[in-house]
Amino acid sequence: MSHHNDSAKFLVGVYDDDEVVLKAVTEVKSAGVRIHEVYTPFPIHGLDVALGHPRTRIGIAAFLFGLTGFLTMVSLTYYTMGYDWPMIIGGKDNYAYPAYIPVMFELTVLFTALGMVGTFLVSNGLGPTVKPLMFDLRSTDNKFVMAIDLSKNRQSEVEIASVLRASGAAEVNVKQF
Amino acid sequence: MAHTHSIPSLDEQFEFTAESKRRLTIGIIAGVVLVGIGAYLAAKGGGGHEHVEAAHGAAGHAAHGEAAHAAAGGHHEYKWTTRLWANVWVNSVYFTGAAVIGMFFIAYNYLAQAGWSAVFKRVPEALPAFLPITGVIMLITFFVAGHDLFHWTHEGLYEVGGPEYDPIIAGKKGFLNTPFFVGRMIFYFVAWYALWRIVRKFSLDEDLEGGTEYYEKSIKYSTAFLVVFAVTSSTSAWDLIMSIDTHWFSTMFGWYTLASWHVTGLAIITLVVVSLREKGYLKAVNESHLHDLGKFMFAFSIFWAYVWFAQFMLIYYANLPEETIYYRERFSGYGGIYKAPFFINIFLCFVFPFLVLMTRDAKRTPIILKVACWGILVGHYFDFYTNIMPGTVGEHGGFGPIEFGMILIFACAFIWSVSAQLAKANLIPKNHPMLEESLHHDI
Repeated sequence: MSHHNDSAKFLVGVYDDDEVVLKAVTEVKSAGVRIHEVYTPFPIHGLDVALGHPRTRIGIAAFLFGLTGFLTMVSLTYYTMGYDWPMIIGGKDNYAYPAYIPVMFELTVLFTALGMVGTFLVSNGLGPTVKPLMFDLRSTDNKFVMAIDLSKNRQSEVEIASVLRASGAAEVNVKQF
Repeated sequence: MAHTHSIPSLDEQFEFTAESKRRLTIGIIAGVVLVGIGAYLAAKGGGGHEHVEAAHGAAGHAAHGEAAHAAAGGHHEYKWTTRLWANVWVNSVYFTGAAVIGMFFIAYNYLAQAGWSAVFKRVPEALPAFLPITGVIMLITFFVAGHDLFHWTHEGLYEVGGPEYDPIIAGKKGFLNTPFFVGRMIFYFVAWYALWRIVRKFSLDEDLEGGTEYYEKSIKYSTAFLVVFAVTSSTSAWDLIMSIDTHWFSTMFGWYTLASWHVTGLAIITLVVVSLREKGYLKAVNESHLHDLGKFMFAFSIFWAYVWFAQFMLIYYANLPEETIYYRERFSGYGGIYKAPFFINIFLCFVFPFLVLMTRDAKRTPIILKVACWGILVGHYFDFYTNIMPGTVGEHGGFGPIEFGMILIFACAFIWSVSAQLAKANLIPKNHPMLEESLHHDI
C-alpha cells in the first residue's frame, strides 16, 4: 500500500466530517480519479467497501503460519519420541500423539501470533528504517484526509483539485515526498 | 454497505399457523408410533440381544476389576423399558440445555450491555418456556425408572457389611441421596424458569411502556441468573449425567456439559433466526448479525473441543483404571457399539463446524450456517447419547426406532413451545434501548 517513489507528488483533500468523506470517496471515484488512501482518526463503517479495497489475504497468511507451527511440532515430537530415541512412557505407544496435541496447539498459536506481528509490520511499512508517509498530521486528530497520487492519474493537478473541492474538501494541499 | 440501508418496519407478528401445528402433531404421532414399534421389538427381545455375547467378551477385556464392573452399570437385571427411559433422559437433558441456554444468552447479553443482539432477542427469549415440560418429565422418569438409570439409588450399596456394599458409592451418600437429589432438581428448574419468567415479563412490558427502567431491572435479574447458573450448570451436569457412572468422576464435567449445552443453544438460536428470515420475518437482521452468530457457534465449538480434550487428555495420560474405564466403555466396551457415536460426536461437534464456519463468507451465507447448525445439533445429541447410554443400557443400547421416535417427539414438542412463545409478542423488541444500535450493526 505504501510504495515509495522518491519524487512522489500527492494531492491531499482535507475533510471535516466522516459522512462527507464517505460520500466523497464515491464521487471522486466516479469522476475517474484513483484514490491512494483515506486516513481517518477513527474507523468509518463502509469506508473499505467504498474504496473498493480487495479482500484482505491476512487469513491465508495466518493459516499458513499456523500450519507451519503445527507441522514443526508434529515433526519434532515424531522425530524425537517416535524415531530417533523411542521411549515408552506410562505404558503407551512410542509415539503417543494425544499427549503431544497440547504442544502442537501451542506451536500453532505461537507461529501464527509471531507471523501475524511480522505480517503487520511488513504490510503497513513499519520497519525501523522505513519512513512513513504522513499526509496531514491532523488525520490523527479531527480531520479526514484523502490522498491522491498524481503520478497514477491521467488528469491534471487542477482538475483533480476541483473534483476534491466539489466533493466537499475544506482544503486541498500538495504534498511531496 | 450496510450504513445507508433502510430500516424495515419494526412491527412483525409471528404467526403460528394451523398448518405448522398440524405438521408438528403428525411429527409427534409418528414419533409415538416409532417408539411403540421399537418398544414392541425390544419387549419381544429382538433389539440388541445379538450383541450380548460379543459384548461380554469385550467387556471382559476392558474390565479392570471391581471398578469396571460397577461403572459398567451394575445392573441387577436388565429390563427392556430401561432403554425407553434412558432415551427419555437423553432427550430431556438435551432439550433442557437448549431451553436454559436461551436464558443464558439473554442474561450475558444484558450483563455485557450488548447492543447487537437486541433485534433477534425474542428468539433466545422464547426457548426457556420448555423448561417446565422437561423438568416434569425428568422428575417422573426419576421416580418411575430411577433404579434402572441411576445405580446409586440402590439401597444395598450403603449397607455396611451387606452383599452389595460399595464403600466408594457409600462415601458419596452425603450428596447422592434421593431427597437431596430431587430437591436439587426441583431447585434448578424452578430457579431457571422463575428468573426467565421475570426477565420475559420485563421484556414484554417494555414493548408497551418503553423507557429504560425495564432494561435496568433486566440487567439485575440477568446477573442473578448468571450467579445461579454458574453453580447450577455444574451441579446439574453432575446430577443429571455424571451420577449415572457413579464411580467415575471428572472435575471438567460441569464445564464440559455447559460447553455442550451452550453451543447447542447457539445453534438453535441461529437456526431459528435464519429460518424466520427465510419465511420473511426478521428483515432487520442483516448479514452482520448472522456473521456474529456464526462466530459464536464457531468459537464455542472450539471451546467444546478444548474442554472435551482437556478431560480426555488427563485421563489418557494418568491412565488410572477407575478413570480410563469411562473411555474404554465408549471406545471398545459393549462390543464396540458406542465407538461410532463417540467418533460421530467429535466429528460433528468439532471438525465439521470448525472447517465449515472458518471463512467470513461461510458465516454470512444462511444456507451454510444452516448446514453447520444441523451438524452441531446432531453432533451434540450424540454427545449426550454417548454420555448417558453406556451407563444405563450398556450392551442393550443401539440406534433404532425408539431413538428416532423419541427425538421426533421431543423436537416437535420443543418447536411447538418455541413457536407458541414467538407468536406471543412482536418479533422485534420495539422499545429495547439498544435496538437502534442493533439495527445498524455492521462489521
